[in-house]
Amino acid sequence: MTSAHPLFSAFLQRGLQALIVAVIVGVVSFTMMQALPGDAAYRIAAGRYGYDMMDAAAAETVRNELGLNQHWSIQLISWLSALAQFDLGRSLVYGTPVVDEIATQLGYSLLLAGGAVLISIIIAVPVGVVAGLKPGGAIDRLTLGVSILLRAIPSFALGVVLVLVFAVQMRLLPVAGFRGLEHLILPSLTLGLGLAAVSNRVVRDSVVEALGSEWRLFSRTKGLSARRTATRHILRNASLPVVTYVGVQMAYLIEGVVIVEAVFAWPGIGHALVHAIFNRDIAMVQGTALTLGLIYVLLNLFIDVACRLIDPRMRSQ
Amino acid sequence: MFLRSCAVVLIAAIFYSQPTLAETKSNVTIAAPWEVASYDPAVSGYAIQKLEIMENLVDADEAGTLRPGLATSWSVSKDGLTWTFKLREGVTFHDGTPFDAASATSALERAWKQPGVLSKAPVKAVSAVEGSVMFTLVKPFAALPALLAHSTTIIPAPTAFDDDGKPSALIGTGAFKVKKFTPPQSIDLERNDAYWGKVPTIETASYLASGRAETRALLAESGDADMVFTLDPSGYSRLAEVESVKTIAVPIPRVVTLKINASHPFFANAKARQALSLAINRSGIASAITRFPEAAAGQLFPPALNIWHDPSLPRLEYDVDKGKSLLTELGWVAGEDGILIKDGKRFSILLRTFPDRPELPLVAAALQDQWREIGIELEVSVASYSEIPAGHQDGTLHVALFARNYALTPDPIGTVLQDFGPGGGDWGAMGWQNAEVAKALDIISSTGDQEKRAPYIANVARILHEELPVIPIVWYQHTVAIASGLQGVIVDPLQRSYGLSKVSWSK
Repeated sequence: MTSAHPLFSAFLQRGLQALIVAVIVGVVSFTMMQALPGDAAYRIAAGRYGYDMMDAAAAETVRNELGLNQHWSIQLISWLSALAQFDLGRSLVYGTPVVDEIATQLGYSLLLAGGAVLISIIIAVPVGVVAGLKPGGAIDRLTLGVSILLRAIPSFALGVVLVLVFAVQMRLLPVAGFRGLEHLILPSLTLGLGLAAVSNRVVRDSVVEALGSEWRLFSRTKGLSARRTATRHILRNASLPVVTYVGVQMAYLIEGVVIVEAVFAWPGIGHALVHAIFNRDIAMVQGTALTLGLIYVLLNLFIDVACRLIDPRMRSQ
Repeated sequence: MFLRSCAVVLIAAIFYSQPTLAETKSNVTIAAPWEVASYDPAVSGYAIQKLEIMENLVDADEAGTLRPGLATSWSVSKDGLTWTFKLREGVTFHDGTPFDAASATSALERAWKQPGVLSKAPVKAVSAVEGSVMFTLVKPFAALPALLAHSTTIIPAPTAFDDDGKPSALIGTGAFKVKKFTPPQSIDLERNDAYWGKVPTIETASYLASGRAETRALLAESGDADMVFTLDPSGYSRLAEVESVKTIAVPIPRVVTLKINASHPFFANAKARQALSLAINRSGIASAITRFPEAAAGQLFPPALNIWHDPSLPRLEYDVDKGKSLLTELGWVAGEDGILIKDGKRFSILLRTFPDRPELPLVAAALQDQWREIGIELEVSVASYSEIPAGHQDGTLHVALFARNYALTPDPIGTVLQDFGPGGGDWGAMGWQNAEVAKALDIISSTGDQEKRAPYIANVARILHEELPVIPIVWYQHTVAIASGLQGVIVDPLQRSYGLSKVSWSK
């Protein structure tokens, strides 16, 4: 039996994974929300009406309206069966369809994450390559120091410092909000610097490794110029771990997005997830967690494909 | 090459965004901590009302005096059971549909059935009668017009709801209409040129919710926001030094208060509650934490509530020795570690509070320290504020710390009745009854005659001052930073409006 095209099998595998992730994320986030202490009806009423209007009567209204008296198994089954029909329900707090909220917020978060990754690549690749070409040199040591410093500063503090410098002192960029491209720069830079602080070291390490490898020596011996060796062999080999590492950074991004979105008043999904958890908005939490889980799967798929395209050995496997 | 083109794009983006300085600005940007994510007046009414998107039948000025809104006049029948609100004619909603008795009635009926101020009033029915809305009551209730000035009783257009009757748009009759809504962070507004009242001077406005106080202060300092509400003490003092910004602090009728479970054996006696109060260094808290020393609460109702504030009441004092001796009178004896003991029980209690108002956990920590002086061990739990009404209902609450707004409606009787009426309230008295207060509140709520009400109001204020079912700590200051060039700004102590329709830019 001939095996399927490797790319096709990657898609199939990740598709199956997506389905499993969806069910597990749904059930786990539901269970965790149920396990939290405190009465959900009170928390939801608090999120809806604010503390000036929130009282026991409001909580009872919420309990009856949302059917929170039902057994948890009934609530879970009704969520899962709605999900099977691609219905994420309505936000328990705001009454708006979850899918609308996520669509808006995810767009903004992806924009921010994209900006951050772009900035991190723009910074990390040249810095890493230069540092890696002369390991142990002055540039290598300097960039290591700066990287440690940047990674050690919490993104919240870094964001405020950047705002003070670029928005308040120099008046070049806006402080917060999201009216145009200029609003994207500071939050992306805040996240991007944190990402680049680590990824430039990954670039540097793979450059060092590639430079010391036998295949590099071979390509030089067979007569390729230093420049051709660099572009055809070193970059290709060095980029494999870097591409894989971009995927790993997703975790840092999601964590960072939550904080950076709050500092810059950015209407993203991380910020929304925190609010949803605090307000016990189970529908929003499940919808958001599901979306993030599926993005992970999608990202892994992209990385699989990218690695296969970069590395000819994987293509033939 | 790639790097260079990226840099060009970035630089182009930066300079493209710089406004032309020669023109007079016609836009105002507001920054405030509150996120708006719902179309529902019951949920987001406070923001929709402040931004003048939707309006009430009854309006109020900054002193809380009621004035006509979407209703031009109102009257009550002799028995006090039927109120008629005559509606303004020729008013249209932002989408051009007419405002009439049917739309007002259905909005108010909805508000009555949702949690909110109206749901707590003795209303029997709401009906539309030729150009008017009629309320039928179970018993006389003089504060009804004041409730109709509250943010949960604003009037959305019938077209603001979807087919299932769920709120799905922000359409009202106000001076500004919504151009773009990005929940939960921003609302873009434009002037409603068909407004029935005076059309605003500014053309557009935007609202940006920014939960972090640091960010809001930076928005004010950089000029990105023209009106910034609710600053933290450090941001406020720094902005006072910035030339392009004016800072204002307005006393508002919100009070940092302790709710005491009077049915708990430790607090059943008023002397115990007085002892707790005597041990609180209010001026210390007011100058070190909230940083307005004059706002130490000498009594429950702040001066902003001029009818309920009684300057003749003696200030709540700070006297640790007196507090100690009151507790000794009640039979408490200091144990080995200094904590009081009576009948084998330690005076150890739990205080519930929440972090949404950043000063509350700090005040709680100060109380922990100060109460230890009189031998009380205090444990602090910082969680969701919903734990306070929950603890009231199941009786497990000892002490709770929160900030209560006594003027949710221009007439505070609604809130006072809810908090100190029979059975107490989730945010008011717990396990505390006073027949004299109950009777006085009944009379105050049934009449609008200020002369008749005054002695009863004074009596209620005095009894609350002596019995301390809740212990006031500090009064609130509403802090605002305003761009220097912005004129006509009125900071509303009742927080019903940002006053956007009255501001303009100096030329």
